[in-house]
Amino acid sequence: MTFHSILFERMEENPEKALEEPEFFINLNLDQVVKAITAGKQEYNLKPFFYVPLKDIDSIKYRQEIFRDLQNDILFENIKSFAQKMFIMREYLKQRDKLYYESQKKRLFLDAVEIYCEAVDRLAQDLSATNLRSRGFRALREYLTGYVGSAVFNLLWAETKKLLADLSSVKYSLIIYDNKIKVRKYESEADYSVEVEETFQKFKQGAVKDYRVKHDTGVSMNHIEAQILDFVAQQHPDIFSNLDNYCSKNTSYLDRTIAVFDREIQFYVAFLEYAEELKRTGLKFCYPEVSDQDKEVYDYEGFDLALAYKLIGQKLPVVCNDFYLKGKERIIVVSGPNQGGKTTFARIFGQLHYLASLGCPVPGKTAKLFLFDRILTHFEKEENIQDLQGKLLDDLVRINHILDQATSNSVIIMNEIFTSTTLDDASILSKRIMEKTIQLDVLCVWVTFIDELASFSEQTVSMVSTIVPENPALRTYKIVRKPADGLAYAVAIAEKYRLTYNSLKERVKV
Amino acid sequence: MKAFLLFKDRDFDLQQRLPANEQDLVQDLELNTLFGAMAGGDEFLFEVAKNCILSSLDNDLDTVLYRQDILRDCIKNSSLVRDIYQLAIEAIASEKEAYFFTFFSKYPSAILGRSIKVLYAFMTRLRKLRNIAKEHANQFESEGFRSFFAMLVKELSDEYFASVEDHLKELELPRGALISAELGKSNKGINYTLRKYQGTKQSWLEWLFSRRTTPYTITIDGRDQVGTRTLSEIRDSGVNLAANALAQSCDHILGFFKMLQAELAFYVGCLNLHGQLAQLGEPTCFPLPIVPSARRHSARELYDVCLALTMKQKVVGNHLDADHGNLVIITGANQGGKSTFLRSLGLAQLMMQCGMFVPAESFSANLCDGLFTHYKREEDVAMESGKFDEELSRMSDIADRLTANSIVLFNESFASTNEREGSEIARQIVSVLLEKQIKVVFVTHLYKFAHDLYDQKMDHAVFLRAERQPDGSRSFKLVEGEPLQTSFGLDLYTKVFN
Repeated sequence: MTFHSILFERMEENPEKALEEPEFFINLNLDQVVKAITAGKQEYNLKPFFYVPLKDIDSIKYRQEIFRDLQNDILFENIKSFAQKMFIMREYLKQRDKLYYESQKKRLFLDAVEIYCEAVDRLAQDLSATNLRSRGFRALREYLTGYVGSAVFNLLWAETKKLLADLSSVKYSLIIYDNKIKVRKYESEADYSVEVEETFQKFKQGAVKDYRVKHDTGVSMNHIEAQILDFVAQQHPDIFSNLDNYCSKNTSYLDRTIAVFDREIQFYVAFLEYAEELKRTGLKFCYPEVSDQDKEVYDYEGFDLALAYKLIGQKLPVVCNDFYLKGKERIIVVSGPNQGGKTTFARIFGQLHYLASLGCPVPGKTAKLFLFDRILTHFEKEENIQDLQGKLLDDLVRINHILDQATSNSVIIMNEIFTSTTLDDASILSKRIMEKTIQLDVLCVWVTFIDELASFSEQTVSMVSTIVPENPALRTYKIVRKPADGLAYAVAIAEKYRLTYNSLKERVKV
Repeated sequence: MKAFLLFKDRDFDLQQRLPANEQDLVQDLELNTLFGAMAGGDEFLFEVAKNCILSSLDNDLDTVLYRQDILRDCIKNSSLVRDIYQLAIEAIASEKEAYFFTFFSKYPSAILGRSIKVLYAFMTRLRKLRNIAKEHANQFESEGFRSFFAMLVKELSDEYFASVEDHLKELELPRGALISAELGKSNKGINYTLRKYQGTKQSWLEWLFSRRTTPYTITIDGRDQVGTRTLSEIRDSGVNLAANALAQSCDHILGFFKMLQAELAFYVGCLNLHGQLAQLGEPTCFPLPIVPSARRHSARELYDVCLALTMKQKVVGNHLDADHGNLVIITGANQGGKSTFLRSLGLAQLMMQCGMFVPAESFSANLCDGLFTHYKREEDVAMESGKFDEELSRMSDIADRLTANSIVLFNESFASTNEREGSEIARQIVSVLLEKQIKVVFVTHLYKFAHDLYDQKMDHAVFLRAERQPDGSRSFKLVEGEPLQTSFGLDLYTKVFN
């Protein structure tokens, strides 16, 4: 098997065009998730990779295998160090383009090639020493072994090393007096700092401050430094003419497949680094079983990635939630008190399915998810100063559009629809939409304040956000499977004000 | 080079952690009075005295004896010791002065220049110090001073001073800077290193040669700002390591002086205190410390040094014969000197353990590794807990920290409840402490508690009673005797309401 890409096993799967963020990204907070994942890796332009869900189970497995391989810490570090070297290589080339003096430009090119050779050779060795299971990494290893063994590569590296050794052997002295700098060859004079240390050795008292001043003048040179370099070059003519030849000969040293790999592997690295931050606080990730047939899905200890990421930044705890759908169950109807985590729960359902379709690990202890053809979401748009008629109409139009697009393989997330009308209206309209949704046999999470929806049919499952009875003000953010009676928390609030039957009877003594 | 005047084999650590009950000790034993007398208004002396005394529970027997010897030398040669202390202070001040202008310098050349200046100043003081050592070493007998002086004489020879001066002159770079370099990434110069011209003679020729223009000489025009800057940058890079080494050497020597100052500060504090007590006509003696595992506690004319310092007069001393035992119970007349005696025991213990003389005609005790005070406290202002609650909570803190050879000083503890309950709690607590071989000195009015212990007729337990003269007046003397049911509070009542 020939190696093409670490993201796609076959060339033809690879969509070339730059893609837009999918419509539902903002509703599911996936825009924030992808932003956080790709933060600090802008130069790889990773976002488009997160915009394309995979279409078949095998492609998902191809990536899951690679993710699993990368969970080997040693391999992960190897990949990171490869990336770091390639980054430095690009930096050298960028700097070269900015520089003015030829003898400096050429040296930067040499430095870039050196680190490239090192990076590739090291990676080839590392992969050979690693027990790889994924198709992707095995193919890459085969490719690299061939490349590193090739005559072209070996010649390139040998020349590079020779030239570098020659250059680093150059040693010279400067005598600075008044406004003059004299360049001459080095004559092994003693290092003054060593003499000083020896003289005062007897006073040594333990650690003291470091007085060394960091001189960071950047890479570029000014005319004085260039002139010094010129004099040094004139004193070593052979070495510097070799450098000239080397540069004109090796302009296209970079292998294209390796360059592409360098970018694409960052999709995995970025995700794993992001997940690792969350895992450190005890949150779990797992590889979901993905099916395109079976709509029995579940996830235990799932969480909203965007919210969790924000909470751990503020050192706040993250509440996990479970869900499962069995048999004919298709629609999770979420009701209960406000601020109880209902919307978050809906997002979890959507995020998990989407991440699974990218081949990524998903939040949770264990999960089975469905490979959808599309995700459709309806979240309430921001309040704006439109008349109520307009808003309701807008809701209906959008929902109609969703139901038009949806197939039985879609995932639909509805969040508090029809809030801009009376309860009766909302109830009647919701039931109509519910009927249509059930007919579609589509997987759906439906967040609503209308309790009746929860027990609509055998396809619907009721889940409720919960409270602590003693202190209803305290949020648990737990969403549990139970009938939506709306009474449990009402009673608790009444008790707090001593307005329940027994309490009130006791207080009122007539 | 180390002074090693507080510990035979290590530096004094002014930053060390003090015992967790530091504040209680200071408050209950009136330690600030003691520190103040040692400091004589000097903050640094105060700090050192405080640190030495409060950390003294960690000292072993050898350290205590090592310091006693040094302190004897100090008392004998007090003006010389104060001179050395002054030298250290001067040296430290000279460094600060040089720093004043270049504190924020980011330029190695400036760092180099300043370091040279500081080193000249240090060498002057080191030479004086060495001279004192040479001249007066035979007046000192302690191991500490003898090895300190011997080290000064050995390390700081005239040849050494001469070689340092040579270096300092050379480092002023009168012949220009000779700097080696290599080609780094991007072919920029790296590893700029200041080099020493080879041989003195040769380098004069070199100097002439260096002034001559060769084909490889760059001359920078005075108006070329970038060029001028580059020249000084290269020069700075070259000087960087040498300047660092020199500046660090300054720090090391400064460290030596600071350590010398800190270690001597303890003895200077002792001298200050010694002078004041002598003026009051109070006796002092070097105590006889015993290993921690033994149980010794005896004293003649032991007095409360803080009381004497506060009253500025000679105060009553007391005897104690409590060898081999772990329990001293003190009862008796109010205002009879019980608390004072308790405090004098704590003070003497700490002073002995840090190597000082003690306020007594004679004193001997085993070293302890923990000293705790449990005194009555003011009512909790924040109303967070009841008084008895608070007392027990402090007792629980102490219990957490107890070590095998601890001493606990109780002053009217567990009296904030009724006598029966207080006695029972005190009995239970003290029983445990005694079983654990922990020394207990307990001043109490809890008659039942004190008398029940008395009735047990324990070996080596000591019961002291504050004396009341038949006319009701107090002698502040403690005598051995059975606890009495009254503390003669009525006497005070009468005194106040008459």
